[in-house]
Order: sequence, then C-alpha cells, then structure tokens
Amino acid sequence: MSELEDFFGRSEHAGVGDRIYVLDQSRCIGCNACVQACSECETHGGRSMMHLETVDRATSTQTAPMVCMHCDDPTCAEVCPADAIKKTEDGVVQSAEKSRCIGCSNCVIACPFGVPEYVPEFDMMMKCNMCYDRTSVGSEPMCTSVCPSQALWFGTPEEFYATRQGSLSNEFQFGNRTVTTRVHTVVHEPGPLDAFLGRSSQPSVVSDPFGIDEIGLPEVAR
Amino acid sequence: MARAPLTEAELIERYGPHLNRTPPGGWENETEVDSVVNTHCCFCGQQCGIKLKVADNAVVGFEPWYDFPFNEGKLCPKGVKRYLQGSHPDRLTTSLQRTAGGFEPIGYDAAIDRTVAEMRRIQDTYGKDAFSVVSGSSLTTEKTYLMGKFARLGLGTANVDYNGRLCMVSAAAANKKALGMDRASNSWSDIPLADVVFVAGANIAECAPITTDYIWRARDRGASLIMADPRVTPLARTADCFLGLRPGTDSALMGAILNQLVERDLLDHDFIEHHTVGFDEAVAAVADLSLSAAQEITGVPASRIEQAAELWGRAATGVLLHARGIEHHSNGVQNVLSCINLGLATGRYGKPGCGVMTITGQANGQGGREQGQKSDQLPGARDIGNPDHRAVVAEHWGVTPEDLPQAGLSYEEQFQAILDGDIRGMLMICTNPMVALPDTNMVRAALEKLEFFAVIDFFLSETGHHADLVFAGSLHEEDEGVVTTAEGRCVKINPAVTPPGEARRDWEIILDLARGLGTQRYFPYKGPRDIFEEIRRVTSGAVADYAGMTWERLEAEHGLFWPCPTVDHPGTPRLYEGPRFAHPDGKARFLPVRHQPPAEQVDAEYPLWLTTGRVISQFLSGTQTRRIGPLVDQYPEPLVELHPRLAERFGIADGDLVRVASRRGELTAPAQVVETIRPDTVFVPYHWANGKQANLLTNPVLDPVSKIPAYKVCAVRLEPAGEHRPVVDDRGTIITTGEEERA
Repeated sequence: MSELEDFFGRSEHAGVGDRIYVLDQSRCIGCNACVQACSECETHGGRSMMHLETVDRATSTQTAPMVCMHCDDPTCAEVCPADAIKKTEDGVVQSAEKSRCIGCSNCVIACPFGVPEYVPEFDMMMKCNMCYDRTSVGSEPMCTSVCPSQALWFGTPEEFYATRQGSLSNEFQFGNRTVTTRVHTVVHEPGPLDAFLGRSSQPSVVSDPFGIDEIGLPEVAR
Repeated sequence: MARAPLTEAELIERYGPHLNRTPPGGWENETEVDSVVNTHCCFCGQQCGIKLKVADNAVVGFEPWYDFPFNEGKLCPKGVKRYLQGSHPDRLTTSLQRTAGGFEPIGYDAAIDRTVAEMRRIQDTYGKDAFSVVSGSSLTTEKTYLMGKFARLGLGTANVDYNGRLCMVSAAAANKKALGMDRASNSWSDIPLADVVFVAGANIAECAPITTDYIWRARDRGASLIMADPRVTPLARTADCFLGLRPGTDSALMGAILNQLVERDLLDHDFIEHHTVGFDEAVAAVADLSLSAAQEITGVPASRIEQAAELWGRAATGVLLHARGIEHHSNGVQNVLSCINLGLATGRYGKPGCGVMTITGQANGQGGREQGQKSDQLPGARDIGNPDHRAVVAEHWGVTPEDLPQAGLSYEEQFQAILDGDIRGMLMICTNPMVALPDTNMVRAALEKLEFFAVIDFFLSETGHHADLVFAGSLHEEDEGVVTTAEGRCVKINPAVTPPGEARRDWEIILDLARGLGTQRYFPYKGPRDIFEEIRRVTSGAVADYAGMTWERLEAEHGLFWPCPTVDHPGTPRLYEGPRFAHPDGKARFLPVRHQPPAEQVDAEYPLWLTTGRVISQFLSGTQTRRIGPLVDQYPEPLVELHPRLAERFGIADGDLVRVASRRGELTAPAQVVETIRPDTVFVPYHWANGKQANLLTNPVLDPVSKIPAYKVCAVRLEPAGEHRPVVDDRGTIITTGEEERA
C-alpha cells in the first residue's frame, strides 16, 4: 500500500478499474456537500467543479447535481484546438492541461452536457476529472464519498445492482449523435405498487402535496 | 447591568461574525500535513466520523473516514467545512471584561478571581440558588458531567440546566414514561431493515442528512416512506405518502392513525397483551378522532391518513423517526407518546427493522442530558428527586444526600427567574440564548438585568455581548473526551490542536473556578480521562451505564452503545429485545393522548401559523457556522417561506421584503414564495441574530412536563415591506437589506 493510498483510506482497487460513477438525481437533497467537498481539492482550491442546479424552487425542492460525464468519445477533446484535454487509458477525461489550454472556450460551447467552465482568473477551462488523484489509486471521488443520500455513487455495476433500485444508463441521444459515457444515470421503473391505492406509489406528492384539489384551501382569517 | 457595551455594528466589526473561507496559509500553502486525526464532527447528533488534517498546530482540511461505520465517509456541507472554524480571525485568545468603552483583555487569573468574587458576593447576598449555571450539549460528556457537578457541589446551586432543554427533552420524557428509559430504541442499522419508514416532524435531509442514506437503503429493499411535515422538505418530495399537516396538530394525526389501526385490525394483539399495559385507555382517548374529524383538525386529506395507517399497519417491520417538529410544542411529550403508541400497537420494538426513535439534534444531546447537567437529573440518567439515586451519587461524590441540591429551574424558567429577581448571576457555556431561546426581547431584558454574567466561549456570541466577563474557552478540536450520539453510541473525540493564546480547555476554567471557591476537593482531576473514569464508576448500575466503556474500547470498537455495564459487555445497540421494557414489570405503557391544540391560536389579528426550523448549511444559533464563508454563501440570511396563494393575497412577490409579526416581536426578511409549504403557514429558519432571529416571534410557552418551548407553532401576521435590495460587502456578506434606504 502506498503512502497515498493509506492516507485516502481505501485501496482494494488497483486504479479506477471497473468502477463507475452513478448519478441518481432523484435522491439529491440539494445539501451542497458535493460542491463544498469538491472545492476542498488543492488543485482547484476554493472552487467547485460540481454543478448543482435547483430545478424550480417555486414548485419543488428538487435539485440536480451534474458532473463531467466522462464521454467515451469526448466532444470537448475533439474540438480543442490545443489538444489540451486528454483521456486516460482507464476512461477518465482530464481537465484542460494548464500548459496547453488557450482559454478559447470551444469545449465550453461544444460539451453536450454543459460541463466545462472557462475560468477567467486562470484563463483556462476547468472541469471535473473524477478526482483522478484519488480514483487512480483505488479511492473514491470526494463528492461520492461525502454525498449523504448517495445520489452520487461510485462502485462496480455489480455492486450497484446488488444494493440499489433502478437501471443504469449511459447512452444519451443528441440529435443524430449517440454519446456514451463513463458516468451512468439511473432510470427508475415505476415504484412499488401501493396495495391500498391500487396504483404506483411513485411519484406521490409532487402534484398536490397539501391535497388542495381534494379538500380545498385551508381557511385563513381575513 | 449586563448591557452590551458597544453598538451592534461596533461589536460585529470587532468580534464578527467575519467569514473564514480558506485554510490556514491559503489554498497555495504547501506545508506538509503532519498528522491526520480520527475524530467526529462538532455539529449535530449524527456525530459523523471525520479525519482532520493537521499542519503546524492548525486544522487545515479533512478526509472522509470511510471505516467509521455510522457514516462511512459521508458528510454534510457543515462537516466538510467545519475545519474553517479553527484559525479564525474571530477566535477569542484572551479573556475579556466589559468596560464602559467596550471589551478589554483581562489576565486569566484576574478573570478567575473576579468571577469567584462575584459568585461569592451574589450567593452570600441572595442565597446559593441566585447564581445559576447554563451549559450546552455540544460539550463532551466529561464536560457536561463536570458542569453539573460544579454547579451542585462547586457552587451549591440547584439552578443548572442546559440547551438540550431546547432540543430533545420531550422525547426523553416520553420515552421514560412509556418505555422506562430515555434513549433511542435502536441503532440506525435497524432503519435499512424496515419495510416502512415513518418520519414525523423531521427535516431529515437538512437536519440529519446522513440518515437520508439509511432511509434510501430501506427503500432499495422496497420499503415505503411516510412523511408528516407542514413543508415538502427535500426528502418528503419523494415520499410514498405525504401528510402535510397543520403545525401543532401532530397528536391528532397520530391519534387518527391509531384509530384506523384499530378499525382495520392492523394490531399486534399478542404484543399488546403480553408486553404492554394501558391499550384500552389509549384507544379510548382517540375515539373522537374519526377520519373526518382528523382531516378537519390536521388539514390532511382523510384518504392520506388511511393510506398512512395501511402502510404502517400492514408492513412486517417498521421504524418511526421523529424530531423537533413534533417535540417543540406545548404538548411535545404528548406528541411523542402518540408516536410511541403507534409503535406499541404494531409491536415494533426489540426486533430487527423495528423501533421508534427520536433523532437527537445536538452533538451530545444524549450524553449531555444523562450525565448530570439537566436540572432534574444526576449522572447515569438518575432522578435528582429519587432518594435512592441521590444516595448513590452522594456516596460517590463524598457528600451526604442533603448536600445535593434538589431539582432546579429549567433553561427558559431561569430567564423568567432573572426577571423576577430570583437569579442575579449566571455562568454560561456553549449556548447562545440571544438566538436560541424564544422571545428574544424577553431574553435581552433578562440578560440586561443580571448583576454578573460570565460566559465561556471561543467566539463572542450575541449572548456574549451582554457578558461582564468572557473566558476564552476551547474548540471541539482542542480537547478530548466522549459524546453519545443520536443512536446511543458513545464515541471518542480526539484532540487535533491546542488552544491558542491564553484560551483554556473549558474544564481547566471550571477547575480553576472551583479552586477559587475552595471546593476543589470535589474535582481531583488531571484531565478529562480522570473525569471519564469517575463517570464509569458513578454510572455503574444506573440506567445509562457506562461502567464497561473505556476510551480505548470506544476507539477500537468504533463506539459502544449504553447500557454497557462491564468491560466484556458488547454494548446494547437495540433496546428492549425479548421484548422486555425498562419498567420494573418489563412492560411498556400505552399512555392516553388527548389532542390539545397549540397554546396560541390564530385569529383575525394574527391569522397565520408560524413554524421555525433549520437549513442544511447552518447549525443551531450559528455561532460557528455564521463564521464559515462557504456555508454562509449557501444560505446567507433568513427567508420567509410562504405559499403563492398567501403571497398573492398579501401582494408579495418572491424576493420582496416581508414583515412577520407576532404578539412578541417582529422580523423583516425576504419572501421565498414556494408551493412546498401549507397555504396557511409561514416558515422562518432561526439561525441568525441582530434582528433576524425567528425567535423574536416564537412563543416561550413550555411543555408542562419537559419544559421545552413551543418553537414549532405560534400565530403571526404578514405585511409586505417593499422590494429587497441587498447590499453585499466585499466578503460577500449581506450588510443591509435595503430597508434603511427606504426609511
């Protein structure tokens, strides 16, 4: 065990190996642990590479985390005129190399998932590299490590199917182009049937959480 | 007259909150990390394991502690950024005394001498009980034990209480009444084994975030989730059954569900017959809670009450988790009892995947109340009014039972006693009533009336502003000891750094005060290990029995669950196996719960319900988290949540300023217009100070048994107060909301 592996505390994997990153946005509680933890990395200290969107706070508490999807054929790398974006042999798309990146933002515009960001302070693109310093030595990304609801998850597909509901998907259609990614999302089957109501128990509360359609508005004195 | 010596702005300028955003030395600092300390988060009752990275006697960052079984590396944003409270510009490094011109440093010995002299003067003039001690549950168990013993033997006052009084006491009292013991019935490892999870009055996602994963693990096995809350909190959004009840109607909802369980015969008859008493009386007490009556009271559609009863009643196993949402009420104990009745009716105790658990809010909420700083308890969760319990503790402490004061006043009652002139002096540690107690205006008036007020703290809190003398105490990472988590798991807190400057470890200050008072013979400790060894001896044979725990075992075994009576005892993660309850006859008590409406009702003048609570990025009164920049950025100031139907009626747009007024005070803050709250209720989170306290509005009425204030329900009115134009300073702090410009 190297000193680094010892420090990170998990070393049963030689490298990234067959472990995949799984995004299950339905579980996200919007806590920002991922954002805050990402910002702790010394390579981009104080700045998070996580995207966390509030979908529509006026109607819902739904939030949606987003990381670099680590495409098998990364568009960002294809459009980079400076060849600054490299993919490792184990399938992780690195952030722009500082010495090569010219800050042109081609990748920012081209990424189908809207992930890379141009950072004026450094005049370069920065994005998630799946914590390659950690994952390449057998540990986990910081965001999946801390995620309280495990909306962000890291492990092998076998481990996922043994412990979690839903199906994994990593194929995305953009017009005529199919993009496959190292990061997987979770496709949910309709939830367990509610024996009492005789219908799926998911989703239940989003449309009328307080039963206003059923029993009317609560009275408020004027 | 403990009146704040400077203006609010001057105090903030000097003592903060200022925002710390970067680790010591900045992000570019390449100083080698010289140690990594396995310890726990300083904030909530989940007590997540965390590794702190230390360089040059400063905490510089964190690493997930994957091997600690409760959280396996998981952390919320507060845990991630907790280390930024260290090396903070606001850190108190000397003791301070109040002068006409503000606070000035005072030597530590002089501070001790002056405090001792004031303690003596006040106690000699007005009697022993005129000097009180208020403590907190973020302290280690060793310190909470010391605070209780110092108050009772060091000072000889009956008046000692703690801020867990504002947190878990309703659950504590109800568990003791019904089950014979004050502890969550299970370790969290039973949650994933449940086929139904019922969450009542707990914003799990924001207040106990790590528990989210435990619930999802149950749901991955097919469990259904019922959530009762006036707001669609982030986890409630995904619930199978959402009960969006009116604040203060919890026991009516639970009573109606009990009725439904009876009506549909979803009962564990064998369990009820052999292991409980009082079932018939409990059922009779809810006889009038028909579905239609319950719908009328709670505002929850009858169909959903039926659905909840079916889901809870038909599942093979189930856990019910509750927290402050049902406990912070003038009938908080009754609310908890109504939940326990649902657990007893379905036999959900003492077996895998079953239990009714309170989610303790504070780091050491459990250990902090059971080891002797609660006004009515002695160490080991012993009753101060019980002659046998008094005799045991007195013998351990080398005094006669007559030397031990009787029960003193609770936290909130102490503030009333100040106003009545019965309490004249106070020593406070680890709590911030200017944010945390209800009716802030009353709290301020009380603090200003104290003849002498001493505070031990690491930052100068808004309460500290009123102190005559402030001791620079210790941060969590500057001391060691144990805490007992929400699960009842006692874990070891390890020191990472030493206190800066003339700051002292809190227990050193208490020992020096005892020396000054001439009572040092009761406190023969060289450090917290000696205190822990005494706790082991004193609690042997008590309900909360720590006798078999050692610091070494706690580290090696990742904590131990009490009772743990001998060093070869494995601890007790799951209570009541058998089932055998902690009452002498081994049976649990159904207790009849007749729904009582909230102490304050809405009317034409104050037509809306107010409920208060927390946000994920802040903790309690914010003394620490309002000083951590990345957490402040996440939710910088309180927002008034209200439904669009209300907003429309009052002519309020999202982001507009809105004035919320109750019979006690008012607060102006921006509106957050959302469909995720009941249309007759507004919500304000309570972490802020300086006119932004939600507790300016709340009602100080207490539960008669637990003495918990009714934070979760009172009556308010709303008025639009113009557009919101925040002015942000160069640190990103909102320094004015634009009200002044309009004035």
